[in-house]
Amino acid sequence: MLQFTLKRFALAALILVVAVTIMFLMIRAVPGDPVSIMLGPRATPELKARLIAEMALDQSIPKQLLLYFGGLLRGDLGVDVFSGREVTTIVFEQLPHTLKLIFSAITWSAILGIALGCFAAAHPNTWIDRVAATVSVSFIAAPAFVVALLSLLIFAVQLQWFPAIGVGEGFWDTAWHLVLPSLAIGLSWVGYIARLVRASMLEVMGESHIRTARAFGLSERRIIGIYALRIAILPVVTVIGVGMGFLLSSAVFTEIVFARPGLGKLVIDSITTRNYPIVMGAVLVSTGLFVISTALADLINALLDPRARTNA
Amino acid sequence: MTEKLLEIDDLSVDYETARGDLKALRNITFDVNKSEIVGIVGESGCGKSTLISAILRLIAPNTRFRSGEVRFKGEDLLTASERKIRDLRGDDISIVFQDPMQTHNPVISIGQQMVDIQHRSKANKAEKRATAAKMLGAVGIPDPEARLSQFPHEFSGGMRQRIAIAMALMSEPDLLIADEPTTALDATLEVQIIERLKDLQRDFGCAILFISHHLGVIAELCDRVVVMYAGAVVESGTVREIFHHPKHPYTRRLIECDPGHIKERARVLPTIPGEVPDLANLPTGCIFRDRCDQAFERCAEVPPLTRLSDGQNAACWLNHAEEPA
Repeated sequence: MLQFTLKRFALAALILVVAVTIMFLMIRAVPGDPVSIMLGPRATPELKARLIAEMALDQSIPKQLLLYFGGLLRGDLGVDVFSGREVTTIVFEQLPHTLKLIFSAITWSAILGIALGCFAAAHPNTWIDRVAATVSVSFIAAPAFVVALLSLLIFAVQLQWFPAIGVGEGFWDTAWHLVLPSLAIGLSWVGYIARLVRASMLEVMGESHIRTARAFGLSERRIIGIYALRIAILPVVTVIGVGMGFLLSSAVFTEIVFARPGLGKLVIDSITTRNYPIVMGAVLVSTGLFVISTALADLINALLDPRARTNA
Repeated sequence: MTEKLLEIDDLSVDYETARGDLKALRNITFDVNKSEIVGIVGESGCGKSTLISAILRLIAPNTRFRSGEVRFKGEDLLTASERKIRDLRGDDISIVFQDPMQTHNPVISIGQQMVDIQHRSKANKAEKRATAAKMLGAVGIPDPEARLSQFPHEFSGGMRQRIAIAMALMSEPDLLIADEPTTALDATLEVQIIERLKDLQRDFGCAILFISHHLGVIAELCDRVVVMYAGAVVESGTVREIFHHPKHPYTRRLIECDPGHIKERARVLPTIPGEVPDLANLPTGCIFRDRCDQAFERCAEVPPLTRLSDGQNAACWLNHAEEPA
């Protein structure tokens, strides 16, 4: 298991290096002179020259990349072009808001999706199954930004049950502010996870060992809830791990609609101002989040599935 | 008079399919007495597995019971409540399934699975584990305590089959159903399992319904044999009578084709010519007529399973020679 963990994290580090390199090159391929855009009308030749030197833009691209990785190893992601504050400080200020949003969304949608999927699989091809399928598919079909806008209009503006913008303070207020954004991000995941669990569950329920469990008179609840679900859940864990990437991108929309601070809003704001160090910092952290979550998903799978442990 | 444990009486089972009803079992009748070992023999697809799943109603959703009764200690299981059936499963009646590689849950430890199936016992977890370890020891798994925490994939096929047998015997059932328990194993293991089953049957005194297509194993283990062909019982009786004086041409051919029976070197192993009839589209008359070398006019009519002298039953007009129908 230790060897498996080490191997998996070495792979994660490698993915991160590749991702950062690609991002670094992409951002430099964006047309327009970054220095002029950043400084705007205030640009004087001296200011321009200073900024170019500060950002090492006069160096060759490979040199710039090397410098960036050098800083990265020291935990230095550079400074904000405008405020001069450390990028790490700014990014880690925003990170918790996004993390809260993503984890609340994935938690409620996974619980509901798994329950709905099991329920449908326990009654295959009945009206219960069909209702669950209809609900799931309509959830999948609803894009996060549409749900965000509609729920904002209905529950915050019309009914005024939930706050429309901001993140709130203290546990309950924060939770209250999370409800609508989390609903917007998680809704399609409920449907997606439910469909996945149903399919995976039906496959497992047809395996011989389930018949064995039945032949020993185990209750249907125990068979579905433990004997089948422990196997059927494995692909779901992987999908959620990979899904963290999609969640991050839907978090961008949602943070803008609900005017929530967070990584998504930070990235959008800094791209429009060509604030390279912040864009890179935010992207690095989100990529890191994605890489870590897929690695964690693999580790959880290895914990749940003894066969994966020995084969790795 | 011997006490009847399981009575299968005129059982007919269909599978509903897109091609129409598949008549998987037709008018099956036989008994299993207390502490008796009964073998069911027949080639693949003759309905052996359908029969055992029908007994405990572990059936596919498209299964339809058309007629008959399955009585266990006098009570019909086909009309019993779901609750009642579940109470019997793994308690009074246990099953060892065919494929040992697929029969255990792959992500739950053997110990946990063996503890879980003792769900009716009031014992605490440590006691249940101790019982499980004792049973593993009884089927010859070395170092049973330590192996309880292992997972199915850490055991060999033979060991998994012995674990399946240990699990089935743990509740000391009155009836053990073994569905080709040795088919997936090699010959040495087969002998071991058969010996083990014999010992355990002596120790626990349970009746065994042993399904196999291996005649040698049946002859070695069983008291009585039921021969099935294409979803029907063609002959039943004691092992001695069936093997020495088969009364149905199919049984006779089956014994002739058994490799263990062939004394001389043969280039080609004997087979029964022809194919098993399509169960969705049954031919009229005797089910074996098309492959039988002794068929005559009367075989256009379905022969009933008739009790002959010395307790043997056969479904063949040859035994009714001169009598009118």
